[in-house]
Amino acid sequence: MFSIYAIELENIWKVFPGNVQANCDITLRIGEGEVHGLLGENGAGKTTLMNVLYGLLSRTSGTVKIRGKEVNFKSPQDAIRLGIGMVHQHFKLIPIMTVTENVVLGAEPLYANLTANLKYWRPSINPALPTNFRSAEKKILRIAEENGLQIDPYAKIQDLSVGLQQRVELIKILYRDADILILDEPTAVLTPQEVDELFETLETFRKEGKTIILITHKLREPMTICDRITVLRRGELVGTVKRVDTSREQLAEMMVGRPVVFRVAKTPAKPTDTVLSVENLHVQDDRGLPAVRDISFEVKRGEILGLAGVHGNGQDELVEAIWGLRKVHHGEIYIEGERVTKYRPRKMRATGVGYIPQDRQKQGLILDFTTKENLILGGQHEPPFATGPRGFLLNALDITNYSNILVKDFDIRLRDIDEPISTLSGGNQQKVVAARAIGPNPKLLLASHPTRGLDVGATEYIHNVLIRMRDQGVAIFLISADLDEIRNVSDRIAVIFKGELVAIRTPEETDERELGLLMAGEQRAIPSEELTQ
Amino acid sequence: MQIIDVLFWGWIIQATLTLGTPLVLAGLGGMFSERSGVVNIALEGMMLMGAWAAVAASWYTDNPWTGVFAAIISGLILGAVHGVISVKLKGNQIVSGTGIILFAAGFTTLMLWVIWGTAGASGQVITLPEVRVPIIGLVSPLTFAMLALIPICWYLLYRTPFGLRLRAAGEDPSTLDTAGISVENYRMYGVLISGMLAAIAGAQMSIGFGSRFTIGMTAGNGFLALAAMIFGNWNPIGTLFAGLFFGFLQAISYGVQFAPGWEWLIGYSSFINMIPYISVIVALGIIRRSVPPKAIGVPYIKEKQV
Ligand SMILES: Nc1ncnc2c1ncn2[C@@H]1O[C@H](COP(=O)(O)OP(=O)(O)OP(=O)(O)O)[C@@H](O)[C@H]1O
Ligand SMILES: [Mg+2]
Repeated sequence: MFSIYAIELENIWKVFPGNVQANCDITLRIGEGEVHGLLGENGAGKTTLMNVLYGLLSRTSGTVKIRGKEVNFKSPQDAIRLGIGMVHQHFKLIPIMTVTENVVLGAEPLYANLTANLKYWRPSINPALPTNFRSAEKKILRIAEENGLQIDPYAKIQDLSVGLQQRVELIKILYRDADILILDEPTAVLTPQEVDELFETLETFRKEGKTIILITHKLREPMTICDRITVLRRGELVGTVKRVDTSREQLAEMMVGRPVVFRVAKTPAKPTDTVLSVENLHVQDDRGLPAVRDISFEVKRGEILGLAGVHGNGQDELVEAIWGLRKVHHGEIYIEGERVTKYRPRKMRATGVGYIPQDRQKQGLILDFTTKENLILGGQHEPPFATGPRGFLLNALDITNYSNILVKDFDIRLRDIDEPISTLSGGNQQKVVAARAIGPNPKLLLASHPTRGLDVGATEYIHNVLIRMRDQGVAIFLISADLDEIRNVSDRIAVIFKGELVAIRTPEETDERELGLLMAGEQRAIPSEELTQ
Repeated sequence: MQIIDVLFWGWIIQATLTLGTPLVLAGLGGMFSERSGVVNIALEGMMLMGAWAAVAASWYTDNPWTGVFAAIISGLILGAVHGVISVKLKGNQIVSGTGIILFAAGFTTLMLWVIWGTAGASGQVITLPEVRVPIIGLVSPLTFAMLALIPICWYLLYRTPFGLRLRAAGEDPSTLDTAGISVENYRMYGVLISGMLAAIAGAQMSIGFGSRFTIGMTAGNGFLALAAMIFGNWNPIGTLFAGLFFGFLQAISYGVQFAPGWEWLIGYSSFINMIPYISVIVALGIIRRSVPPKAIGVPYIKEKQV
């Protein structure tokens, strides 16, 4: 079908220490100029396969060919030299450095006249010569211009939104003149608008003849942009299909091994008394600027309130303030009438609140701790996990039993609950975070992007758990950038824009278009006083 | 202003430079190591070793410059030891550092016996040729070297690929790794430079403003250098000012012993000696401006999933 293959992976095996077979005998050929989708459940081995291709991980056996030539990468530098670039699932950017520094790292330009005159210098001295930041900035601005990726080369990464950080990752690849791009879940953290922008960019890449591998969990995405799609399951290749011959349903079934329903079945909510009530809340962001302005709302027992909004409009500050991580500047928070405005997280937990934080690696997990330890984190100081005089000791037996139950209930794929959680795939890490919040049966659940990075099967599972919890009388406050999720799961949808609630709707009385406009601030429906009803 | 005041302040400046030089040099050394992600509490030991090596080599060759050269070699060796343990073998950096301090103390004591047959101090060697500066007086060539190193280090750290990669190794090694650069190599460079600078700092103490080696002569200056580095926020200019400030406090504690009108301070010189340490605690505890490199102290293991 293709005259030349850009990438040929033949019989790739990757076995991690402890006999974890992440890739089993995978053979995959990707044509020059093709946009190829790579799908698979959490832990299916997608990231591992791409890291092997990129030279970041060594392979156990198998051959890799790039444009027909067999290669043996010792480090990513070799891959970069052959024009391969990769955007990693968890961004590889240094927050305190500038955009330019991050982009040039490892490929720093020198002053040409200087290197020319230093004939007798060995290239190994080159890193100690001055970097030509001026030319780097020029090149970055040119790349930004040509590809519609506007960026300020002097900005520090820590001041950029996730969408902009992603842009920096793309620029990093283009800066190295890559024509084979590997994108590992680039859309997981993006808002719908940002996804559209990214796909426009990918479309221009395709026209320039670049080869793209796109890993994603959102089945709609490969169906709009990919030429062919490959599905992995538990380390093995299930099949490769052409987009025109397939459907979302078929892909989902290939991934999970059974049919998947995309719309979760749910009965209408029967909300009763108020659990969470937020009154005229004002919260500031890290820089002391107002992030949440005068927000009031209620979440009732037995309902799911979804909060939609473009990333960075105050939703993160809002949940952090409710959970007690962030100071409330003004206003009150009540749980079942109890004033909890000043409660810290431990007290909130004791009051019956569960929290799924938005960034699993930075806020949700301690990566060097075992899965078991992560699963009980937050409850380690009280029975049944703490025993002995004054809860001085950990009850190893109960902790193990409890962890095993959660691992089974949430279908967390792992080898051993006593291994560091960093060895789990991204999606399975997310399941641990969710399981920990839901495990103690809270009466209010704050779920911030609970399915980010999860595969369709796991997403379906989490959605069902949320709805089951709702039916059992839990109040759920769901924050998500995924409009499909918000619309499928929520009983009421609130939209936040620039720190203010601009509308509350039921899923029936609104549609994607209206929500999109509200999120973009194009339409302002009701003044916030009327929102609490 | 009376002539005696001019002389006194000239002396204070001279003493500040002289006593501050080893602090700044070793502080810069600590900075290179820690910026690359490796804690280096071994500075004290590396300084002591450098001080001894400088005297020993000068003793045999009658040339203080071979002393400086020998100090550099000794620093590179100890740096390599610390590097291999903590970077290549992923050992505990604090334990390795402590080991080096203890080793240096024991080794130099032993060698004092072997070479000079004494338990306290070595024989006298030639001091590095000092340069006369108006008002200030005689200044060690290593002080000029230190002053020249500040802009060089700054440039190296912030304006060259080397510096960028070194800082990346200390901030987020996996990012450097994915950029295709060896984290281990850059951490090794950091530790080696660190050993070299710390050893030169030691040479300043033994043959820069003295002429012999005495047991345990660095007397906590390595830790003070670490404090200067932290105080200076892991950057060369900050380290310069912090090191000189600590040197100034040391100079005051000597100076009060003969300065007219300051005699009443003599009884308090131990307290004055405490000021550097107290100011570090205060600065770190209250101001909390210092932000250490993020990945400091954590060995980088390649195939661990992040
Ligand atoms: N360094 C490692 N050591 C041991 N096992 C590992 C390591 N890295 C990954 N694994 C295991 O290999 C399997 C594949 O992981 P991988 O990260 O490739 O999954 P993935 O398909 O990218 O999943 P996700 O969609 O959740 O990101 C998982 O079972 C994971 O636990
Ligand atoms: Mg992955």
